[in-house]
Amino acid sequence: MTRTLPAWRRAFMFSVWRKAFVLSVWRKAFVFFLWRRALALRWLPAVIIPSVLLLGCSATPSRERAAGASAPRPQRIISLIPAATEMIFAMGDGNRIVGVSNYDRFPADATKLPKVGGLLDPNVERIIDLRPDLVIVYATQRELLERLDRAHLPYFSYEHRALPDITQTIRAIGVRIGSADRANALASSMEQSLAEIRAATAALPHPTTLLVFGRDPGTLRSMYVSGGYGFLHDMLEIAGGTNVFADVGRQSVQATTEMLIARRPEVVIELHYGDKAKAADAEKDLAVWNALASIPAVRNHLLHVLVGDEFVVPGPRVVEGTRELAKTLHPETFK
Amino acid sequence: MRSIRARLVATICGFGVLLLAALVIAPVVGSTSISLARAFDRSTPFADNPDAQIFFVARLPRVLAAALVGSLLAVAGVVLQALLRNPLATPDTLGVSSGAALGAMIAITFHLDVSVAGVSSIPLASFLGSILALSVVYALSSARRRGLSTMVLLLGGVTMQSFFSAVILFLQYLADFTETGRTLRWLMGTLDVGSYAPIVAVLPVVVVAFGIVSTLSRPLDLISLGADAAAARGVDVLRSERLALISASLCTAAAVALAGPVGFIGLVVPHLVRLVVGSDHRLVLPASALFGAAFLIACDLVARTAFSPLELPVGIVTALIGGPFFLWLLLRAAR
Repeated sequence: MTRTLPAWRRAFMFSVWRKAFVLSVWRKAFVFFLWRRALALRWLPAVIIPSVLLLGCSATPSRERAAGASAPRPQRIISLIPAATEMIFAMGDGNRIVGVSNYDRFPADATKLPKVGGLLDPNVERIIDLRPDLVIVYATQRELLERLDRAHLPYFSYEHRALPDITQTIRAIGVRIGSADRANALASSMEQSLAEIRAATAALPHPTTLLVFGRDPGTLRSMYVSGGYGFLHDMLEIAGGTNVFADVGRQSVQATTEMLIARRPEVVIELHYGDKAKAADAEKDLAVWNALASIPAVRNHLLHVLVGDEFVVPGPRVVEGTRELAKTLHPETFK
Repeated sequence: MRSIRARLVATICGFGVLLLAALVIAPVVGSTSISLARAFDRSTPFADNPDAQIFFVARLPRVLAAALVGSLLAVAGVVLQALLRNPLATPDTLGVSSGAALGAMIAITFHLDVSVAGVSSIPLASFLGSILALSVVYALSSARRRGLSTMVLLLGGVTMQSFFSAVILFLQYLADFTETGRTLRWLMGTLDVGSYAPIVAVLPVVVVAFGIVSTLSRPLDLISLGADAAAARGVDVLRSERLALISASLCTAAAVALAGPVGFIGLVVPHLVRLVVGSDHRLVLPASALFGAAFLIACDLVARTAFSPLELPVGIVTALIGGPFFLWLLLRAAR
């Protein structure tokens, strides 16, 4: 019985129905709120949603509740942000994490930990039940912060932004959990790797690149691409590409057919998060680009698909992500 | 008798010129400036000619889609306002749009990524959703022998809307939170169809719907005065009402499948037109079809150029421009 349980739970976890069980009233309320917004102020979600989508993503420490009389070195950490979980595991302190969010998929050890909800639906009861001495939360989780305050639970909150914020957050979390040295070493090695990639691509030509993070399958409609702000934009520039939407100072831009043709990207990279098995389908779906034959990337067959969470989670794996982008853009230099 | 024929010619000429102007101007103007000479230059192959690609692949289908959607929604509005004898009736009133939204949500949430003849699953599913809603409303209307009760239709329609919204919320509740952005964006409507295939796909429906509507102008005049009055004048009320119901629903279904729900056109264009040409449906129907097309083309032009390179959802532009204009006409008519 005990042997079958983990397998059953895993199968259960990856099924669609799992979601129905873990979602809380908060998320329902939020979706309903968005819904009303969509009907009342139809433009507003266009601004909000793409940025919410990227929350899996970049970082600046903001506000932190004083640890008070609790131990200076937290031993029972709950991380509600996949990026923060990855950071703590990468520092070598994963053994002190006792709970993670529903969206944590990396590293494998993190997936075995108890799940306490997500960005929109943290389960406060389960959080309290795990008796954490530090909860890492996202700065927009206002209700959660208030409830943690009421429960006298110490927390660390931060917000994602551009690429340099990621290493800054790693250092800040390191200080907070009493692993400043290891955090510093991790952050420095990441910065060094990124600097190496930047140095290797500096002298190479920087093709104008379109970084796509979503569109309707089978068509070029509802396409969201990276604007000139955020960690994906930064990764692209380090990897030796010039973002075709660099002049638009937003994390995401909805690109129309006209913009795509007019901006003439030399390379198109479509990012897909999640299962690597999706890659084959995504590759096949690249055929829809043939309708826009005047785009140099289409004519020269420089359309690429990259699949992986490292493009959605602004944690330590951004180095890998940047390297993959560099490999895609400059295959002869990066092997 | 001189008056009606002369007025019909005058109306069609007047609004026709407006539509023609919109059709000529809109494809030439956009977020990028293109050279028409180069766009129509046959000596460069089409694939190497960005100007031609922008003109023929990005803009022309978009303008044609706007024209089609605008006239479909306007005609549906006219028919439903007459049928329900209610000035507030819109193409959404009978729940057809909500049915379409439900279909689209199902396609997005469950990743039904098939495409038939260049049309992706989302418009197909939304069309099926509208047909489902239509059949329910039609069944309601058939439950009575003599004439439709506008009350039953209105209440039934509103109930359908609420019911479909609830099902949509339930789907959202089950779905991955990253899909929320896509579904919300669909709900804002977009005319960037990117090819002619979706337009061609809805054409048969459009032809049938407009064909039916063109026979209805006389019955609608009488029905809008009251079912008994119409019956007394020898109109087959039940048959006319059913045809009106079906044709208006088909119009809405085709428009929503093509562009998603675009608000306001179906409510206001008929009223604008009535303020100009009076309430005779022989004039109101063609005038609304022409003016709805011209109006949506103009609104879409504003949507794609006002904040370029960003783009506004066309639905807010229709309301922002149409609202004050309508109020001004109301004030003028009151004097």
